[in-house]
Amino acid sequence: MVLTKRIIPCLDVTEGRVVKGVKFLQLKDAGDAVELGKIYDNQGADELVFLDITASSDKRKILIDLVERTSEQIFIPFTVGGGIRTVNDIKEILRAGADKVSLNTSVVQNPNVITEGATIFGSQCMVTAIDAKRVYIDYPEEAKDKIIAELPNKNKYCWWEVYIHGGRTPTGRDAVKWGIKVQNLGSGEILLTSMDMDGVKEGFDLELTRTFSEKLDIPIIASGGAGNPQHIIDAFKIGKADAALAASIFHYDEYSIAEVKKLCQDEGIPMRL
Amino acid sequence: MTFYIAIIDYERGNIKSISKLLQYINVKSIITSKYKEIINSNGVILPGVGAFGDAMTHLNEINLIPTINEIVSENIPLFGICLGHQLLFSKSEEMGIYKGLDLIKGRVISFDLNKVDKIPQIGWNSVNFQNKDHFLIQDIPNNSFFYFVHSFYTIPEDKENIIGSTQYGNIEFCSIVSKKNIFGTQFHPEKSSKYGIIMYQNFIEYCKK
Repeated sequence: MVLTKRIIPCLDVTEGRVVKGVKFLQLKDAGDAVELGKIYDNQGADELVFLDITASSDKRKILIDLVERTSEQIFIPFTVGGGIRTVNDIKEILRAGADKVSLNTSVVQNPNVITEGATIFGSQCMVTAIDAKRVYIDYPEEAKDKIIAELPNKNKYCWWEVYIHGGRTPTGRDAVKWGIKVQNLGSGEILLTSMDMDGVKEGFDLELTRTFSEKLDIPIIASGGAGNPQHIIDAFKIGKADAALAASIFHYDEYSIAEVKKLCQDEGIPMRL
Repeated sequence: MTFYIAIIDYERGNIKSISKLLQYINVKSIITSKYKEIINSNGVILPGVGAFGDAMTHLNEINLIPTINEIVSENIPLFGICLGHQLLFSKSEEMGIYKGLDLIKGRVISFDLNKVDKIPQIGWNSVNFQNKDHFLIQDIPNNSFFYFVHSFYTIPEDKENIIGSTQYGNIEFCSIVSKKNIFGTQFHPEKSSKYGIIMYQNFIEYCKK
């Protein structure tokens, strides 16, 4: 056998409960985070990701409590993201029992936090989340300093811009170059979200995922856009992702994780079943 | 005396997840670096993530290396996990050459990007059992999946010490090692769902004997 591709349900949480934002704006309640995590473990989830979308410091204790309860009852790796800014924040989350932390805005503001975290806790627990949005151009010459992809619909090109603050603030940065930089700073994995596809359920941004996977040496977790099992198959086969992250298709019982993994395996993708 | 497992605390890595798994299977554990608590335990777990050289330096600073040698000579079961598994070996080539605990002859080397796609190996990979009678893998089907996170892997000199092996890219490496009362897994059984839980139960049963 070989290293399998991972299916990772993402639980957006606020005050210990799961919500899922559609295009980051509307929120729906979908249950208790630990109970949902257990169901996913039983269905064969390879990891869990908790994203704390409130991420205000006064709610920190509730998040820590959730991390502790999860680590007492669920024995697969889990990552916690949302509002983690300093080495102290990282330490607090890892000490509570998380295996990895995911940082986004804070890395753009202070790239050293990744290096410091990797030095103390190891690269394997430092995930950098990148929210990327397409910038379309007609000619590659229009963006000479950017890493450009040719899109399948002919004569169209784009590069990807990094957004921070939960997708509200553009930074002007090239996402692929940023990915290479955070890899060199000590990130162990990239959690790569397509802003264009997130919540739309029409499939991942496969060009984005593939560009990252080809340019970087660390694993890429594709995120944003999973609406059906074929989208996840495409993320692995065409996007060359190492892992696929999805939320709503699992939360609302549209497809079970076991079902999706079986379909992936039928397509020749190595899966833990 | 109450039965308990000592989890060696040398301030490296997520050791709580091991104690939480033991708590889940109703086994008492103490996270400790104290000689007496370690030497009086029924079994010792050497966890760890991070860099080999840094870990050995720290073990040395807090004077744990003689304690670990005593565990072995007193025949107390010793179980190394991930970096703890690597530390059992003679030497590592991670960022220089570092001497290990040298309890199992062999070396620790890096994956090579010419032979694997990505470094580190992160995720679930299968373990091919080389010695199906070994107590650690009882009630676990051959080629079951376990969770790995590592950039380096071990090569034991004596192939008899290899209980399980795993293929990553073009490299086959030792993922479960065993010699007398010394055991190690490159993967994290505490993060490997049901088969990882069974592996800890098997270790605990062995410690009770």
